[in-house]
Amino acid sequence: MRFDVRVRVWLKPSVFDPQGHAVERALATLGYEGVGRVRIGKYMEMSVEASSEAEADAMVREICDRVLCNPVMETYAYELRLAGPDAAGGGGDGLAKPAGVGQS
Amino acid sequence: MFPGSNCDEDAVKGIRTATGDAADLIWHTADNLDAYDAVVLPGGFSYGDYLRCGAIARFSPVMAAVRRAAEAGKLVLGICNGFQILTESHLLPGALLRNEHLQFRCELVELVVEHARSPFTLAYQPGEVIRIPISHGEGRYHADEAVLDELERAGRVLFRYRQRVNGSLRDIAGILNERGNVLGLMPHPERAVAAWMGSEDGLRMFESMRRFVTDGGLLAAGAGHGAEGGVAHGG
Repeated sequence: MRFDVRVRVWLKPSVFDPQGHAVERALATLGYEGVGRVRIGKYMEMSVEASSEAEADAMVREICDRVLCNPVMETYAYELRLAGPDAAGGGGDGLAKPAGVGQS
Repeated sequence: MFPGSNCDEDAVKGIRTATGDAADLIWHTADNLDAYDAVVLPGGFSYGDYLRCGAIARFSPVMAAVRRAAEAGKLVLGICNGFQILTESHLLPGALLRNEHLQFRCELVELVVEHARSPFTLAYQPGEVIRIPISHGEGRYHADEAVLDELERAGRVLFRYRQRVNGSLRDIAGILNERGNVLGLMPHPERAVAAWMGSEDGLRMFESMRRFVTDGGLLAAGAGHGAEGGVAHGG
């Protein structure tokens, strides 16, 4: 089974995000009112081959914990989607699986 | 050195200038560092700083050897990107984040030498102010409060900025591991080894390391060496 995986990684709430802060100020300068708490993170995609969804889930979680996310400063969330046989370009009929959210 | 290191030659020259000792450049594929008394991880942009600074270098074959060297009590010095690699490798706690002002800063800064009991500061005076250049965009030290308190309590904050240069928590510029034989710092001592560089204050860091090694290089034994015993005694 092949799964399409989408991973988001962002700074923990307790960590100051100077990029988000700069963008927030820029938005205010442009006149957008009521916009706050801008946080900048990373978005990653990958394809995972596994014999079951549980196996894929375990592998992705380990990859996030070991490599993609540094838990000292970051947290993560990911979703798995069964890659359809003819699902070119995603958005297919695979089961949307909102999966694990990393430790906060 | 890793693909993307760019301060490796400077480190070699700094070590040779300060100590007169030989220093070899070791490629990241090496898996044995047994021949060496000390290991320096140079600055630069290993693996393009992809993902996070030091995140990919951490998995280089040589890092297993660096870990063994650290466990054997050898001196390991991580400068700038080398510091980032050591935190990503969990040889040092915490992490280094984007500077709070988002600028890459390359300038001579003042540091306070917190104490002279470490193998890296034997030749300095406790509390001495030294001038060493920084050159980084991601040097804001971060760790949770409990870790910061423990670092302070155990005398593991070795260098502190005198000014707020990047937003580092508690102005931390360099820290030791628990045993005291691994140091990571963002400033570049190898860029302060000659008068024409604007400072020679980096020389004594390498001299300290040399003195420590030639005096027997035993931290765990503590009382037997150095001015006031090993840093493991804390305080």
